[in-house]
Amino acid sequence: MTTSDPEPDSPFAASPPENTEIETHLRERLITAAREHGVLDLAYRALETPVGTLLLVTTEQGLVRVAYDREDHEAVLGELAETISPRVLHAPRRLDEVSHQLEEYFAGRRTAFDVALDWQLSRGFRREVLRKLPGIGYGATASYAHVAAAAGSPRAVRAVGTACATNPLPVVVPCHRVVRSDGSAGGYIGGAEAKRALLDLETTT
Amino acid sequence: MKPFERIVSEYGPMVLRVCRAVLEPTEAEDAWSETFLAALKAYPRLDEGANVEAWLVTIAHRKAIDAVRAAARRPVAVENLPERPVAPHEHEDPELWRALRELPAKQRIAVAYHHLAGLAYADIASITGTTTPAARRAAADGIRRLRARYPPARSGQGENP
Repeated sequence: MTTSDPEPDSPFAASPPENTEIETHLRERLITAAREHGVLDLAYRALETPVGTLLLVTTEQGLVRVAYDREDHEAVLGELAETISPRVLHAPRRLDEVSHQLEEYFAGRRTAFDVALDWQLSRGFRREVLRKLPGIGYGATASYAHVAAAAGSPRAVRAVGTACATNPLPVVVPCHRVVRSDGSAGGYIGGAEAKRALLDLETTT
Repeated sequence: MKPFERIVSEYGPMVLRVCRAVLEPTEAEDAWSETFLAALKAYPRLDEGANVEAWLVTIAHRKAIDAVRAAARRPVAVENLPERPVAPHEHEDPELWRALRELPAKQRIAVAYHHLAGLAYADIASITGTTTPAARRAAADGIRRLRARYPPARSGQGENP
């Protein structure tokens, strides 16, 4: 042990606990300075949506991760701290643009996203597959087999399934538009209910 | 390694209190900002088992020394000396904080690092370049002086808000 609790005889033990939050302006200053010095490697915020709270994370290159509640946001941030960088700050304003576009999307007023994406969390064939997905237009769907064929590997149906299941950028990269050949929705990183909700949203607006 | 955000939430308030205990309020905020920027830069290289409080207070101590040196170099007309405005946190116990600020620097630092930051005397000694017994003595002298100027027996209203 190299630390110790304040001793009971300390006059500070009698005073009420400090305000538990750092003032907003100090946080803002830290975010600004971190960006100026190029050390804000990951900025994140949470966004309330009809499919639950989404965690949005960006690097300097672009949006790198969107996570559903069921993925456990704290766990996702912990993973990103290990795999990308531990220099992570809650910096909502860095995500204003994508948040705004997502709000428009959920309001039925936007059919495609126009934000820079950072693809570093997916590699190889999975990345190839995911990059093709925006080609499936708003309101349309495509089967796993169709996407496999479009990616140039018609027999890689299962691999397409894996690519969708591990999509680091759900909603924005529309893996929810990839469905089973029999027309049923199939699995989804955000849960079957969320997939259904997105497909309904896109077909009714 | 935890996201740095967790370091800011868990230790930010403590570091701010320490900065306010050893510096003027405006300088304290600058020192806090500089401390956390420096910590953010160095964070990926921090040892997994490191004592985060001691690491942050070590950085804050260097930033506080820089701030005091910079202030000493700045010529200040007597009429422009700050009024020692009451910082936002001080309403929790303004007299205690005033008494703390009036301690000699060595005692004030030892009291802040031990009683506000929770550092062990050995850590305080290595941060301030002194010995463990000297750090312990400085904190004890500081607390004795605080007690003399700030009798807690008087503050009965704290228990019955």
